[in-house]
Amino acid sequence: MADLNQKFDVLVIGGGNAALCAAISARRAGASVLVLEGAPKFYRGGNTRHTRNMRCAHDAATDILTGPYTEEEFWDDLLRLTGGQTDEELAKFMIRESKDILNWIVEQGVRWQPSLGGTLSLGRTNSFFLGGGRAMLNALYLTAEKLGVEIVYDAEVIDLEIEHGMFLSAKLKQPIDGTSEIRASALVAAAGGFEANIEWLKEYWGEAADNFLIRGTPYNRGSILKMLLDKGVQDIGDPTQCHAVAIDARAPKFDGGIITRHDSVVFGIVVNKHAQRFYDEGEDIWPKRYAIWGRLVAAQPDQIAYIIFDASVRNSFMPTLFPPIEGGSIAELAAKLELDPASLEKTIVEFNAAVRSGTFDHTILDDCRTEGITPPKTHWARRIETPPYLAYPVRPGITFTYLGTRVNRQARMVMKDGKPSANMFAAGEIMAGNVLGKGYAAGIGMTIGSVFGRVAGREAAKNARN
Amino acid sequence: MHGTKILEEADRLMTVCNSCRYCEGLCAVFPAMEMRRAFSDGDLNYLANLCHACGACYTDCQFSPPHEFNVNVPRTLAVARAESYAAYAWPRAFAGTFARNGLVISLVAALSVAAFIFGFAALHDRQVLFGTHTGPGAFYKLMPHNAMAALFGAAFLYAIAALAMGVRAFWRDIGEPIGMKTDAAAVLQAIRDAGELRYLDGGGVGCFNEDDRPTDRRRLYHHFTFYGFALCFASTCVATLYHYLLAREAPYPWWDLPVVLGTLGGIGLLIGPIGLLAERWKRDSILVDEARYGMDVAFIAMLFLTSLTGMVLLILRETAAMGPLLAMHLGVVFSLFVTMPYGKFVHGIYRFAALVRYAMERRAMAQGTAE
Repeated sequence: MADLNQKFDVLVIGGGNAALCAAISARRAGASVLVLEGAPKFYRGGNTRHTRNMRCAHDAATDILTGPYTEEEFWDDLLRLTGGQTDEELAKFMIRESKDILNWIVEQGVRWQPSLGGTLSLGRTNSFFLGGGRAMLNALYLTAEKLGVEIVYDAEVIDLEIEHGMFLSAKLKQPIDGTSEIRASALVAAAGGFEANIEWLKEYWGEAADNFLIRGTPYNRGSILKMLLDKGVQDIGDPTQCHAVAIDARAPKFDGGIITRHDSVVFGIVVNKHAQRFYDEGEDIWPKRYAIWGRLVAAQPDQIAYIIFDASVRNSFMPTLFPPIEGGSIAELAAKLELDPASLEKTIVEFNAAVRSGTFDHTILDDCRTEGITPPKTHWARRIETPPYLAYPVRPGITFTYLGTRVNRQARMVMKDGKPSANMFAAGEIMAGNVLGKGYAAGIGMTIGSVFGRVAGREAAKNARN
Repeated sequence: MHGTKILEEADRLMTVCNSCRYCEGLCAVFPAMEMRRAFSDGDLNYLANLCHACGACYTDCQFSPPHEFNVNVPRTLAVARAESYAAYAWPRAFAGTFARNGLVISLVAALSVAAFIFGFAALHDRQVLFGTHTGPGAFYKLMPHNAMAALFGAAFLYAIAALAMGVRAFWRDIGEPIGMKTDAAAVLQAIRDAGELRYLDGGGVGCFNEDDRPTDRRRLYHHFTFYGFALCFASTCVATLYHYLLAREAPYPWWDLPVVLGTLGGIGLLIGPIGLLAERWKRDSILVDEARYGMDVAFIAMLFLTSLTGMVLLILRETAAMGPLLAMHLGVVFSLFVTMPYGKFVHGIYRFAALVRYAMERRAMAQGTAE
């Protein structure tokens, strides 16, 4: 291993997609690079381990993409899903750069494949990693190692020495080979958000946050983000917001990943712990319906809800990790879910009575709907009447947070006084809020990571040489 | 509920994998899994034999140990695969040979070599056994051609019959009808896939052996081994045709087809097994079924010894060592034949059958989507 007492050109804190893209691009630009990954080797890479695709603009179909996805269309999508909470200049810059990332990332050893089974709706817009996010990450690490990037695991940074917007050194929790202070000419912070820091989440969500499940790495505790904001870096993004989806309540507290998700809402109804429906289950098609239910469940008592459906649709969606809970009657199911049987029966009887039959098609906004109940189910409404009756318990699964460090087009951090930092850059989730003020679209986190990682590494190397 | 603990575990893993699917581009196992929502014993045995053990899905998995989901598909399917070999063994009484396979194969080989040596010694006086024999028919001074052909023909036919019964059991277990019409396109596809070891490449980068750096060495050594074996087999077939059709008796000169094929094959069958053994030795133990180490090594060693004794025999066939060497070579080959249905050799047979099935399924799915 390299001598950690030397002053590196570029220090990268973090170990995911953004961090590795930054490290590789800085190294390719001639800089000496040290990567400090806070997690042990197996858990390296933060939430990149759990990703599977990236959203990049392209003007024509490719081997793996079924059609063009122009810069304009990407921008329109981003504008819509963020409700305008995006930095237009940065966002358009990212979208333009994303085109070249499709090739650049392949040069770094990452391989693509056509969209995965069960994700046909993304076949045109998103490029999937062959073997998934961890395969992508493994490829980036191999490339970085081959190029001579120094990588240290279990290297938790507990303090940053920053003077007047200039990074000087980072302090390690555990000394490595007797060194606990790492000096570098430039810093790239790519250490993720704070979604795994329940105490921090509680500042905004109160005790409800205790019932949140964290879908990704337990290592995204936001410590680097907090240090930077405390030391004069300008913040961006709503601190009170996080992206959440409904995931199985039986999932582990952390790191359950993609396989705990449920996308069966449209095939039934969703009730809270009082066995009451609380939102239109037929409002919109994938992916939007997938993205809103985490927040909806978070607003319910005890942050729990139950997707209720019947045997007629049990094979209509992707197989799930946790099997549905079964009951031969509504009352039996309610007992297993510890819901009041009479209330659940009443909810279902009322729902069934309100269903107006139509032609069911879950791929479009069909004409199966309810009449005369509140909330309505505006599409895909069908009676729940074929035993056994089935249910998935769901809780909010937190994917990422929006609060971050403000950056400019060089991925250079901007200080509270509006001046760019002398030598500090940021990439990935830690600065995603610049582009993604709210909302989410599949694969956009990886686009932010790769594009700004590559830029941050290049600019940091340039900065270090000057 | 499944018949064995390992199939329970395989079912658990396939349920995890089927709700993830990130690995579907790596090999045939995951697309085959996606065609199912639930897994019978036969389904799992099919997937286990379809797996080429490249290890990519372990290295690429975000849920592999130490993650609490503890997903280790290569090892689980390796254990299930080995247990399936025992389950399909014919006759049933021989299923136990897979339990301590290294020992069984070693004993059979030792007994077989000893039998040939003692047989030659008992039937011939010392001058014949340790004499120098040259020219056509030299080998047959020690063992008449008809006796050799009858003994090895019988052993070979027995092996074929036992293997066929095993495949029949496998085919039935995985849910395919026995009397099915031959599906030529699927068989051709399977020959291509097996011939190039298409699914031993980790989805394109190579397989994972001792660490997380993919390499293509196992595939290369397997090619040496398999094609070496095939050339040796071709050599034997050509020699048989020479004998019966052209009345030309072995030994043949070095430039003649049986010797050329046998020599090339023999070289492959020396390099390949040494390489495979070295890779097996280095292989990360997390990926493999450690309990079946003996089975793997025994088969590789048998192939190596077959080639080694054959090559030494070729070199020294005009010396007094020919008699004992011939006894050794024939002893090794005989034991290789009779243990074929009861050792690692069967992996190729069941995997090929699984590839045929996969090709059929793929086509059925493609047609289904088109309609």
